[in-house]
Amino acid sequence: MIAARAQFASVRRLPRISLPALAASSLVLVTLALALIFFVVPNDANQGFSQRIFYFHVSIAITAYACFAGGAWKALRHLWKHDPRADLESYVAVHQGVIFGVLVLVTGSIWAKISWGHWWLWSEDQLVLFLVLFLFYAAYFMLRFSVDPGPQQANFSAVYALFGVVLIPVSFAAIRLAKGLIHPVVFTRHGPNFGGWILATYCVAQVAMLVFAYTLYRVELTGKRIDARLRELRLA
Amino acid sequence: MNYLADVRTLARKDLLLELRARDTLPAMLLFVVAVFVVFHFTLPAHSSDLAASGLLWVAILFTALLGLGRAFVPEREQRTLDGLVLAPCDRSAIWLAKSLATLTFLVAAEVVALPVFALFFHGVDGSTVAGIALADLGICAVGTFLGAMAVATRARDLLLPLLFLPLAIPIVVGGVGASTASSPGRYLGLLALYDALFTLLCWASFEYVVAE
Repeated sequence: MIAARAQFASVRRLPRISLPALAASSLVLVTLALALIFFVVPNDANQGFSQRIFYFHVSIAITAYACFAGGAWKALRHLWKHDPRADLESYVAVHQGVIFGVLVLVTGSIWAKISWGHWWLWSEDQLVLFLVLFLFYAAYFMLRFSVDPGPQQANFSAVYALFGVVLIPVSFAAIRLAKGLIHPVVFTRHGPNFGGWILATYCVAQVAMLVFAYTLYRVELTGKRIDARLRELRLA
Repeated sequence: MNYLADVRTLARKDLLLELRARDTLPAMLLFVVAVFVVFHFTLPAHSSDLAASGLLWVAILFTALLGLGRAFVPEREQRTLDGLVLAPCDRSAIWLAKSLATLTFLVAAEVVALPVFALFFHGVDGSTVAGIALADLGICAVGTFLGAMAVATRARDLLLPLLFLPLAIPIVVGGVGASTASSPGRYLGLLALYDALFTLLCWASFEYVVAE
């Protein structure tokens, strides 16, 4: 245990990229991704132009998972290392995750409407999982804001955020199983024809979305820290 | 063995309290039977047995919520939790003992509820009982944990269902699958996996819920 801690402590923190540089790179990447999505990638043979929402939907979903994972990681750091900054970082990451999660629900439902004519399909694993996660993390905010700020609030939030990362795989398995129960799997999308420009565009969109999310995370974190500092100064 | 003795003492305290005050179990029993009667009238006249099986799980979940909401009320009203936290025992023993006590109440409620369900709707088979047994473990482990958090917040009773229901969705999927699917093995496996993962997580992190 002690050896592991020493090893853990020896890992240096990554050097922080400055916020303007981050914002500029996310602007460039998002522009590049949009250009690729709308002007370069060929139309999908089956679904035509509307299939391009795939690049948004999937990359946003992965970004949301990354935010939830980041939030849980910071939560673990709070509980384990008593890192004083980890609580706020965990909260901001979960907050970003919920925002991206709502975008997953919106883009997924638009795609479902265009492809299959329904706004909501219980046969869509990702959509159902994100609905469960949305409910779960909405309760996270309820929990966080019904406890007075302090160590208890930080502990409760951290523990609940850790529940989230265990819930994601278990719910995913459950939803897969439930789908077999309600009706058989009908749609198997994205067969083997996944390469060339499609793959490249997807990768760019994914990186752009992750960098964009990280920028938002840093902006919100900076704002929250300034807010907290200002309140301290006002009280002093 | 000291740990187990602590757990036994704490669980015995809760059971004794219930035996003397009798304010949780009768409420759970009355609630679950009332829910069955309500379900009888919500189901259309010729609906299938499958629908009733689904509703059985709703009844179990809400009955459990009723019991879980009460679990930490004596601790709050009598300020027992401060004493328990100060006691020289592992904090997770508090959670384990409380989970065992709520599990006892829930199982006692189900021992009455399942025959009533069989009387009102249709018989329950072995895989349903196995599913319920596994689900009870998960419900009590996670529910007690969340109950301890909810009772310390301002929202109190309001918060527990909100925290618990999203976490209970895998339990419902596993349980309904175990009672309706032709091959319930995978669903029972899911329930067992859920129990193992979440019990471990609750056991490891309960300390942070009660410690300041």
